Amino acid sequence: MSRSDWEVVIGLEIHAQLNTASKIFSGASTAFGAEPNRQASAVDIALPGVLPVLNRGAVERAIRFGLAIGATVAPKSVFARKNYFYPDLPKGYQISQFELPVVQGGAITIRVGEGEKAYEKTVNLTRAHLEEDAGKSLHEDFHGMSGIDLNRAGTPLLEIVSEPDMRSSAEAVAYARALHALVRWIDICDGNMQEGSFRCDANVSVRRPGGPLGTRREIKNLNSFRFLQQAIDYEVQWQIDTLEDGGRIQQATVLFDPDSGETRMMRSKEDAHDYRYFPDPDLLPLVISPEWIARVQGELPELPGAMKARFVDELGLSAYDATTLTASKEMAGYFQATVDAAGAALAKPCANWVMGDLAGRLNKAELEIADSPVTPAQLAGLVRRIADNTISNNIARKVFEALWNGEGGAGADAADRIIDAQGLKQVTDSGAIEAIVDEVLAANPKSVEEFRAGKEKAFNALVGQVMKASRGKANPAQVNDILRHKLGS
Amino acid sequence: MSLSLEQVRRVAQLARIELTDADAAATQAKLNGIFDLIEQMQAVDTTGIEPMSHPQDLATRLRTDAVSEADRRDAFQRIAPQTENGLYLVPKVIE
Repeated sequence: MSRSDWEVVIGLEIHAQLNTASKIFSGASTAFGAEPNRQASAVDIALPGVLPVLNRGAVERAIRFGLAIGATVAPKSVFARKNYFYPDLPKGYQISQFELPVVQGGAITIRVGEGEKAYEKTVNLTRAHLEEDAGKSLHEDFHGMSGIDLNRAGTPLLEIVSEPDMRSSAEAVAYARALHALVRWIDICDGNMQEGSFRCDANVSVRRPGGPLGTRREIKNLNSFRFLQQAIDYEVQWQIDTLEDGGRIQQATVLFDPDSGETRMMRSKEDAHDYRYFPDPDLLPLVISPEWIARVQGELPELPGAMKARFVDELGLSAYDATTLTASKEMAGYFQATVDAAGAALAKPCANWVMGDLAGRLNKAELEIADSPVTPAQLAGLVRRIADNTISNNIARKVFEALWNGEGGAGADAADRIIDAQGLKQVTDSGAIEAIVDEVLAANPKSVEEFRAGKEKAFNALVGQVMKASRGKANPAQVNDILRHKLGS
Repeated sequence: MSLSLEQVRRVAQLARIELTDADAAATQAKLNGIFDLIEQMQAVDTTGIEPMSHPQDLATRLRTDAVSEADRRDAFQRIAPQTENGLYLVPKVIE
């Protein structure tokens, strides 16, 4: 039996750290990288007698998220205590939400795979709730003791829980990427995975297609998309092997070891935590008015799904181009600014340049699009000169490289200055092109003969010679026409 | 409803409270007394009444998202049993 005899069922829990200035229940800073315990207030370290006061900014970000995924933003939600003992949780409980979370339901559309095999799928969300992060335990050697840093304690998190709708590691990664792009798009989380701002837990089980759900194991704390994929792939194979060898899967929490590529048991169901949730008496219910929701709705940027549809409907882009261009807020913003400057009629060449030469050059230089040395206005200026036949696509690549290197100055006319300075203007004067063509024909009688004998390749060689003789500046379409005309007659 | 002795021990274990056999029996009796009270309340007809999560029917107050706490690490750590490099030291726990 093989993998195809089994259906994989995956649900994800993602912790997105909300990008507030202060903590969810205290006025301590959330800035990353401070000296240990410099940003741990009396509330965060749980001194007796302190009381939590909820951060409006954290709630507002939860509302933004709820609206962005078409969920219900609960008019009334409740904070609960999740009880467990661990040294980096000084209160002995984490304030979270249990029965009544702030965001309920919702869905997100993902695109899985590439090329012709790519498909779209809707993943439903169960809920998203607000909670506080714990501190950090450092287990390096402190004379056989553990060191506790509570700077992270009380940092606001949105835990986003999906339905078990994913059927492969590729779908799980596509979903995680889509959520990652969305939380950055609506500016509620910086998405920095190295700093732990976006962490994934994956619930994985396998079953016979159509059969009852299998027992799941939860892989904790995956902090890169690659690890998410590797961990799920390993776990799926392990579960299938175990079942096919006649074994049973026991519910458990496992950790992924990136070095060995394996998952290993952290705790079984027997010693699983019994969190004894109950409503936190320190906090009254969170009430969110319709007016507040309406205001947040009004402040939301155009969402990736809507922008993608607009790119297809109004700009005439393909679904693939529109998806690629809305993969991140920065990419979409760059493209939009380029089209705004170049004109909507040039949307397709703008898209080609952004996804092609620009993306390739950025990739080579290991730069993000936000740090591109070529601005949207400069790129638009370049695209316009291709469109109006001032330069050919080939020459445009030269101009692009010059723009990249900072030539031509700022603004939309940077390309024009480079074209002028380097004399790159396309030759469209048919008299001038004819003269070059005549020279080339005279110098290459062999090619002419071959062409007349029916070798189409010889024609291309002649075009190449003309382009070379014009130093790339002759209009290729005109060169074609004139050559055909002269050879045909 | 009442709690078995085993359930009492489990709750004590979860709460990290050490109970002697005698303590466990006494605690069981006390807790079951509370369950008797709950049972009495359960008898009240609450059909159509929305459950409350807090005895006061109010909404939680919200603070503006601004940093208002100064660094008071030195004062806090003065009363800690053991610290090093700004960290609180605790008996080693690895999960």
